[in-house]
Amino acid sequence: MRKLIQPSLAETSNSRLGKAKPHESAERQVRGEARYVDDIREPIGTAYVGIGVSQCVSGNITSIDLTAVKASPGVIDVITVDDVPGHTDIAPVFDGDPVLAEHRILFYGQPVFAVLATSTDAARRAAQAGVVEVEETPAVLDINAALTQQSFVRPTHAFGSSRAKSAVAQSPHTVSGELSVGGQEHMYLEGQVSLAVPEEDGRMMIYTSSQHPSEVQKLVAEVLGERLHKVTVDMRRMGGGFGGKESQAAQWACIAAIFAKRNQCAVKCRLPRSQDMTVTGKRHPFENHWQVGFNDQGKILAADIVVNGNCGYSADLSDAIVDRAMFHVDNGYYLGEAHVTGHRLKTSYVSHTAYRGFGGPQGMIVAEAIIDGIARKLGEDPLTIRKRNLYAKATGNVTPYGMDIGENLLGDMIARLENSSQYWERRNAISAFNQHSPVIKKGLAMTPVKFGISFTAKHLNQAGALVHIYTDGSIQVNHGGTEMGQGLHTKIAQIAAHEFGVDTDSIEVTSTRTDKVPNTSPTAASSGTDLNGKAVQNACITLKNRLIEFWADTLGIESDAAKFINNRVCMGEHSIDFAELVQAAYIGRISLSCTGYYRTPKIFYDRKTGSGRPFFYFAYGVAASEVSVDTLTGEYKVDRVDILHDVGASLNPAIDIGQIEGGFIQGMGWLTSEELKWDDTGRLLSTNMATYKIPAIGDTPREMNVSLYKRPNDEDSIYHSKAVGEPPFMLAISVWSALKDAIASLADYRIDPELSTPATPERVLAAVNEVRKLSEGSTL
Amino acid sequence: MVRFLMNNEPVEIQVRDPNMTVLAFLRERMKKTGTKEGCAAGDCGACTVVVGSLSNDNQDISYHTVNSCIALMSALHGKQLITVEDLTRGNKLHPVQSALVEHHGSQCGFCTPGFVMSAFSLYHSTTKPRREDVVNALSGNLCRCTGYRPIIDATLQACEHPKTDQFDDNKTSTIRALIALNEERENAVEPCLHMPENRKALRDFIQCYPDAPLVAGSTDLALEITQQHRRFSRLISVAQVRELKRVERTTKLLTLGAALPITKAMGEITRDYPTLRELFTRFASLPVRNQATLGGNVANASPIGDAPPLLLALDANLRLDDGDTVRSVRARDFFTGYRATLLKKNEWIDAIELPLPRSNQRLAAYKVSKRMEDDISAVCAVFNAIIENHTVIELKAGFGGVAATPAICQQLESSIAGCDWRDKATLEAGKAVLENAFTPIDDVRASANYRKQLVVNLWHRFWLEHQCEEKITTRVVQHA
Repeated sequence: MRKLIQPSLAETSNSRLGKAKPHESAERQVRGEARYVDDIREPIGTAYVGIGVSQCVSGNITSIDLTAVKASPGVIDVITVDDVPGHTDIAPVFDGDPVLAEHRILFYGQPVFAVLATSTDAARRAAQAGVVEVEETPAVLDINAALTQQSFVRPTHAFGSSRAKSAVAQSPHTVSGELSVGGQEHMYLEGQVSLAVPEEDGRMMIYTSSQHPSEVQKLVAEVLGERLHKVTVDMRRMGGGFGGKESQAAQWACIAAIFAKRNQCAVKCRLPRSQDMTVTGKRHPFENHWQVGFNDQGKILAADIVVNGNCGYSADLSDAIVDRAMFHVDNGYYLGEAHVTGHRLKTSYVSHTAYRGFGGPQGMIVAEAIIDGIARKLGEDPLTIRKRNLYAKATGNVTPYGMDIGENLLGDMIARLENSSQYWERRNAISAFNQHSPVIKKGLAMTPVKFGISFTAKHLNQAGALVHIYTDGSIQVNHGGTEMGQGLHTKIAQIAAHEFGVDTDSIEVTSTRTDKVPNTSPTAASSGTDLNGKAVQNACITLKNRLIEFWADTLGIESDAAKFINNRVCMGEHSIDFAELVQAAYIGRISLSCTGYYRTPKIFYDRKTGSGRPFFYFAYGVAASEVSVDTLTGEYKVDRVDILHDVGASLNPAIDIGQIEGGFIQGMGWLTSEELKWDDTGRLLSTNMATYKIPAIGDTPREMNVSLYKRPNDEDSIYHSKAVGEPPFMLAISVWSALKDAIASLADYRIDPELSTPATPERVLAAVNEVRKLSEGSTL
Repeated sequence: MVRFLMNNEPVEIQVRDPNMTVLAFLRERMKKTGTKEGCAAGDCGACTVVVGSLSNDNQDISYHTVNSCIALMSALHGKQLITVEDLTRGNKLHPVQSALVEHHGSQCGFCTPGFVMSAFSLYHSTTKPRREDVVNALSGNLCRCTGYRPIIDATLQACEHPKTDQFDDNKTSTIRALIALNEERENAVEPCLHMPENRKALRDFIQCYPDAPLVAGSTDLALEITQQHRRFSRLISVAQVRELKRVERTTKLLTLGAALPITKAMGEITRDYPTLRELFTRFASLPVRNQATLGGNVANASPIGDAPPLLLALDANLRLDDGDTVRSVRARDFFTGYRATLLKKNEWIDAIELPLPRSNQRLAAYKVSKRMEDDISAVCAVFNAIIENHTVIELKAGFGGVAATPAICQQLESSIAGCDWRDKATLEAGKAVLENAFTPIDDVRASANYRKQLVVNLWHRFWLEHQCEEKITTRVVQHA
């Protein structure tokens, strides 16, 4: 009986795992040679799309006059929804997302018609000439109005203890609060873009910047009225995604494909930035509120928490997003008798969508708000209260949705970061500073992250791979994940190189193609490496077994524990060059191509009972942020950040640290300077980079100490690593908490300042004024 | 023809469309796609290219960054255009490129070519840069993935001991080529993008084409092209007009030609007024400052421009010219309404005259915005006081973001003059006046209430910062 090769941890010194290998495209990126969709050499006769949008927020279309559009210079074709040959609804999960407006206007900037012209500029100019008459109807512009009208995109979901309310009431102390949490524009540097190239017999080739090529394939086929096998999607890389190209990249591919089919020419659809910011959804704004009971030690006894997600006009991915917000209102804390309700509100805004953390951040901030509130009531340092409430086997280890969290790493991680960041020494120094500084106040906060890993839609937790070994020993790896800068392909190449014991330059990870690996899940939920890495490993192991079996047969020995190492294969006293073995196997008629597959074990969730194990495991992190606040202007600066983050056994520390730092700064932007502004009628005002401010280089803290918590994942994830895309984003909650800490110093830390997010300088100054008003004896 | 060096290659480009940006020229016409479009508005820096210019004495070349998405072809005339594709030598990465790779400074990579070019410009302008220098050099480049730390580290390392690169090695021949270009440039005739070289030629073009807009750095005008899809049939660029680039100093006056890029104007102004460095480093971003002009910022008359409040507080004069007569007006009289000025149709701003520092002068310029780098003011306040023996001899102030025009507050100036600066009553008197001095608006950047409060609190800050005793910390960021 031959022995199968068992997946093993990186044990050999030459392994490609665990090394700080640069991003596979880094050299091409710095040369300007990395090719994005808009850089692809266009086929002759390529035409360009402009999108005509609604100027109104809500109403019924009474007429669309496109005469001037058609007469515009360079115009080739114009379409409305009536010209769509197949399905008109391109919703990802539940119905309700028309590819072009169908009778009704649902939000400001909704695409109503599309123009094809000889240049992008001509198409965009022509699109401005359309006249869309709309009979306006009342818009639903805030969460409270939607709640009053029971305007939902999906039914409300709740889980937890039915005794929560009474348990709160019976607690020795209570704290209640509400928090308005802002949305966030993705601001991928590369905007939405697709290129459709018609091929023979109704086939369509799509080049797109999408996190979900299989969904683009499906929706393009559907709008064209074709079956899926007629459409191929190729996705080499995105210039950033962050969730904004999960469901909302498909529309532009669909429009390009419709034109390409009608006109039998290649068609490019690239959105100008201001339109991109108006017509695509954002992180969901939330309005959350809570009532919490606690004891004299600040230990939480009971909690009743409601989260309200502003979903915009349609469901899109909002059901799962609000679920994830609900799954994270506990963060790392045991809430006792807890009940959690999540409303999915239908409003007259663009349909809000996936964004790094997927609702998790908007839920998690509730937990930290609660802790801050308790600490101020008791006059304790918030960190003390945080530590007292951590999940622990002795005092409570089961989440409100019934999942035993197993080993909570936060206790040890907080202890380590307390030490390395000198939290308490700095706390004392800050108190002393604040006493003698009337204008500038410093604040400090340490907050943890516990983030659940797995798609909560169970069927998405599967992945496929296709691995080819060529006769020179070079290897092509295809998988269902997409590269958006996160380093997925780099890690995948390391995994394949480790499995075959070859150098990473023997591995070519190709563009993601629906004709190589079908029916893939989106690259989302931080799951890219977990799922696709396992699928690739699975394919590699099958191929290795074939090679070993063949070789053992050739040698006339029993196949024994073989090692693939240093570009050679070793079995007992035998050793052969990898490429040599591959060639011999080819001559010996052994298949050198293989698919791989993986599905995540153990996970389930029952919506009826509101309980289960929705997550395979949790990723943890802790951050301490120190800020200075100008109490005259509300301006602030993040002076120092210390982070300890859990990525299990790191596959690539450089890439993991890149995700941690980048996620943190993006989270900081969400909570500080990134403000989405709509006017009173629901029109978005912050439609460009001049009015919507993501962190710039000067916002990076001068001191930023990031360490990895070195502990392999208890679960059998790929080489016991952990997902890293989203969890670090929420470390930035420490910045928000530190701002509140600085403001609270004005009232001797007895008042928990109300600070909705984003905490712009304006909001910080308002909180300063409010705290001053509430407290006696201000120092200025 | 617009004549320039495409890296080392002299090229002559017939500009038939005055609306063509340098980015469109690169990507669409030349199919050079290394330079990216992120926003087409000069806000993200993905399109950053480097423009090499001859020094005044023709002995050297300076390399500065420009946002190609809002630069018109006239910006290249007589210059060297360097893009990301030009940096490798043979197949070898430039030191700024290899440092970015080694420090893991790229993730999605879309912003990377822009960062490479900004770092390249710094590489040629400094040795041993401080972290602040790197931040300043890269302030016009946004990255959404990395959080910037590795990019800062990479740039610091690459620029610490810059070795000569091919641009240094080729300098002599590049200078020769640029001189040759510039000798021919007087003959440059474009059908619809006019680039007069002197005052007289400018006057003639304006007389010939009275409806053609004047454009200097194009950082504002290009937005009409790229964002509103406006098509200009003809443009007159003032960027080449020699007289508009002059710098003159007398004992009392600094005269700055209106077409001086902000970077150059900033260099001159901060020589005399070092405290203004903060305002100028927060003035847009470095690539925009390299391109935009002081005169353009004034002529635009935007209520949220950063130069006008300064000119109001300094009581500067503007020289307005029609090619025949020059008249001088106070900046304080220049702004007549929302984006309206005293400029007549055939006039342009010739120069800005700033008074030089006086003794016992206290000058502070404060800008408040959501983001420190590259943001537009919610409020900009500039206070200029002469304080002798604790008595305020004179106070002048200028404000942006509080009205339809850049604004002054006469009541503040008259009520504070003569006051004892140490007296808290002086502070309170100023606050009382400023509380109701303006009726600003709510917009995407700030609410009216916040703006009103900022005006008062920035006065408070000015008062605090200029007390003699007991210095207290008043700022979250210290600007060098």
